[in-house]
Amino acid sequence: MSESIHLVFNVDGNNFASAGTASEEVKSKLKMIGISSADIRRVAIAMYEGEINMVIHAGGGEAIVDIFLDRIEILLADHGKGIEDIEQAMQPGWSTAPDDIRALGFGAGMGLPNMKKYTDEFRIDSTVGVGTNVYMTIKFN
Amino acid sequence: MNIGEITQTIEGKVLCCEDRLDTEVVTCCASDMMSDVLAFYSASNGVLITGLVNPQIVRTAIMVDAVCIIIARDKKVDDTIVNLAKDNGIVVILSPYTMFETSGRLYEAGLRKSKG
Ligand SMILES: Nc1ncnc2c1ncn2[C@@H]1O[C@H](COP(=O)(O)OP(=O)(O)OP(=O)(O)O)[C@@H](O)[C@H]1O
Ligand SMILES: [Mg+2]
Repeated sequence: MSESIHLVFNVDGNNFASAGTASEEVKSKLKMIGISSADIRRVAIAMYEGEINMVIHAGGGEAIVDIFLDRIEILLADHGKGIEDIEQAMQPGWSTAPDDIRALGFGAGMGLPNMKKYTDEFRIDSTVGVGTNVYMTIKFN
Repeated sequence: MNIGEITQTIEGKVLCCEDRLDTEVVTCCASDMMSDVLAFYSASNGVLITGLVNPQIVRTAIMVDAVCIIIARDKKVDDTIVNLAKDNGIVVILSPYTMFETSGRLYEAGLRKSKG
């Protein structure tokens, strides 16, 4: 692979059942190009948590993925309600998810901490009422 | 323990991927919180026991490289779940027991937790 691979996914905010398809596709792409399963798992989990967040907290958005020889860069961009206090949102256990989302198995307040844990670079830019951008880089070992 | 032995231990019913019952399983995680499961990401070739029935239990299993999902307490499982699991080679077993008893039986039979 001499050049990078550029992928753009539309993440549907009105379809909980389909949430995670973008992550699934990225996972199989990485498998195809021979990335190690440990690295793939880190990418898959971090991106999936972010994708779910866009669906349950932000009404959907876009996932922009660039795969290089030595790393993957993921941008999750939405135009949802934004995050007021990012430091608080990053605390394990902090969640504003309503009961119907909890009943589906999400809303433990573990997604953002997991994403940070599994990535080498992690940054959130968010403006209330405008939207949220989550940037993640994972280096391949 | 392989998936076939797991099925017997919990008197379960296999809903898909019957051809994979000889897959060896090394670890197990029981939870109704998917981000908790995702935090145990080192659990490859694991089993996920859950009381939930929505497609995200399969997606979560895919992301952590689990090979089997056990749904506790005989619930109605719709085709989207079974088809998604089938496409990804993940065995789905319906257990007649509660999550507690399903877990207990497997623990007694020697299955141990994920190293997380
Ligand atoms: N894209 C987003 N847009 C708006 N708010 C968000 C977004 N992502 C996260 N948040 C806010 O940050 C909180 C913490 O997110 P985190 O992913 O850690 O937990 P959760 O999604 O609530 O639960 P879990 O991820 O365990 O299912 C959320 O409850 C929500 O308030
Ligand atoms: Mg989350």
